[in-house]
Amino acid sequence: MPVDIDIDHVARLARLELSDEERERLRAQLSLILEHAAKVSEVATADVPPTASAIPRPTVLRPDVPTPSMGPEEALANAPDREDDRFRVPRIVEVE
Amino acid sequence: MAGASTTAVAQEFETVIGLECHVELSTTTKMFCGCRNEFGAPPNTNVCPVCLGHPGSLPVPNERAIEYIVRIGLALGCDIAPRSLFHRKNYFYPDMPKNFQISQYDLPVCVGGHLDVEVDEHVRRIGITRVHMEEDTGKTTHAGVTGRIGQAEYALVDYNRAGVPLVEVVSEPDIRSPEEARAYLTELRAILEALGVSDVRMEEGSLRCDANVSVRPAGSHELGVKVEIKNLNSIRSLERALSHERDRQVELLRAGGRPVQETRHFDEETGTTHPLRSKEEAFDYRYFPEPDLPPLELDPAWIEAIRATLPELPAARRDRLRREHGLRPEQASIVGSDARAAEYFERAVALGAPGPAVARWMTQDLAAYLNRTGEGWEELAKRFSPEALADLLRRSEEGELSSTGAKAAFELVVETGRPLGEVIEERGLRQVSDTSQLEAWVDEVIAENPRLVEQFRGGKEGVLNALVGQVMKRSAGSANPQAVSELLRSRLAEP
Ligand SMILES: [Zn+2]
Repeated sequence: MPVDIDIDHVARLARLELSDEERERLRAQLSLILEHAAKVSEVATADVPPTASAIPRPTVLRPDVPTPSMGPEEALANAPDREDDRFRVPRIVEVE
Repeated sequence: MAGASTTAVAQEFETVIGLECHVELSTTTKMFCGCRNEFGAPPNTNVCPVCLGHPGSLPVPNERAIEYIVRIGLALGCDIAPRSLFHRKNYFYPDMPKNFQISQYDLPVCVGGHLDVEVDEHVRRIGITRVHMEEDTGKTTHAGVTGRIGQAEYALVDYNRAGVPLVEVVSEPDIRSPEEARAYLTELRAILEALGVSDVRMEEGSLRCDANVSVRPAGSHELGVKVEIKNLNSIRSLERALSHERDRQVELLRAGGRPVQETRHFDEETGTTHPLRSKEEAFDYRYFPEPDLPPLELDPAWIEAIRATLPELPAARRDRLRREHGLRPEQASIVGSDARAAEYFERAVALGAPGPAVARWMTQDLAAYLNRTGEGWEELAKRFSPEALADLLRRSEEGELSSTGAKAAFELVVETGRPLGEVIEERGLRQVSDTSQLEAWVDEVIAENPRLVEQFRGGKEGVLNALVGQVMKRSAGSANPQAVSELLRSRLAEP
């Protein structure tokens, strides 16, 4: 069963600008992936509880003990732009 | 803005408020990595591959943070889910370097609790929808010509706060006035403080609050259009913003208009709210289970062990202070809502000071001092300890200090930092009941005020107070006013 997909919405959410050719190609591919995933619901029955994790392992918690951090020079090494020790990014919100 | 009173508006309209409060936990490290959780560190010093979202890094939850959210849930009467789940909340905003925030979605740690608030001696139960665990975002500073968010040219980001354990407490839309909202937030803060899980400093952002507010015609059960208000940085801001927003919506409705569903920003300076337009147009967080974290399963025995360590909560403490120490409701609310004030009280009482007298001093002279200086009870305890207060009350009780003398002694101790006994000695604050000294002052005053004496002898009883006042002044407050009054009467009765 083919799954219909709003490729423009998905592209907008992912902040991707797609050409017409890309849009058609990705729409077909994503549709196939969704179709494949939809098969799961065919085998899911009332007596199978939903799961969120494929790995059956117990909860692992970490003691509240500090470990070394990397510090600003390493953290900012790949930053596209910086001002002193902070990342510099474009403006974000507008108030009317 | 005219600011119609709550009562006037309430007759025609009903205000419906729900609060979402974010609480930064006071753990030593962050939620999913070992970076330090500290306020005020130099920018981008407490960061690592996990909290910067570098590829290949894996989050591991902080056990202390989980313990703290369980404490909060239990204190608010929530059910603690034996199994809960972390989700990714996806969005594009530079305050999270990995473009998502780890949060909880349909399976939070705590569900369905309540918080009782008291306004004008009337208790109302506010429902708690859920309490969930998430991570805080980095701190963005909007920079540009004016420094105002709306005119910012660019933003600077510090990720020290990214990944700090954050708990969100979501209330039901049960709050009906800005005053109730204030009471709710005040009580929530007192509970969190008593639990010792957060610094709850709104000015530092360790307790933050967003409000959803709508207005509907009184008697209607349909919910009005919901407006979300952000940037509420103090309890006072919350109350002001809600009053303003309620009045704005009421005015709109009266004029035949209708509020639009939107997010508004509270402007501290003008006390008004303005629409906040985000470049993020499509609000679709595409929540999905965090693949790097297995479900959080909590051992019921551990939950019960945490329950057993819960401290006395503010409501119970206020109750006990009323019952055991005879405090009046308003005294119990000042003394009992603040963990440090309560501790101060209990220490003074343990030293034998009578509860009502301690409460009277705490809610009057000591509270006035705290208001004046902006200090907290902990700092006051260093300047003027509960021991000093107990000592002061004992000296008053025994007649060594008059009430004026006691006040003067307190002021001198907090001002000079010298011990109470020394201050009393040095400044001659000891109340004088010694008759020969009092007689001398009384005779001087009688001699200098022939007209008052005449009036008193002519039957004007009230004049006696003026004469007592004169003697007190002469004694620099050290005379025992009752002894002075008796002495004056007997002297004036003489021919
Ligand atoms: Zn880190």
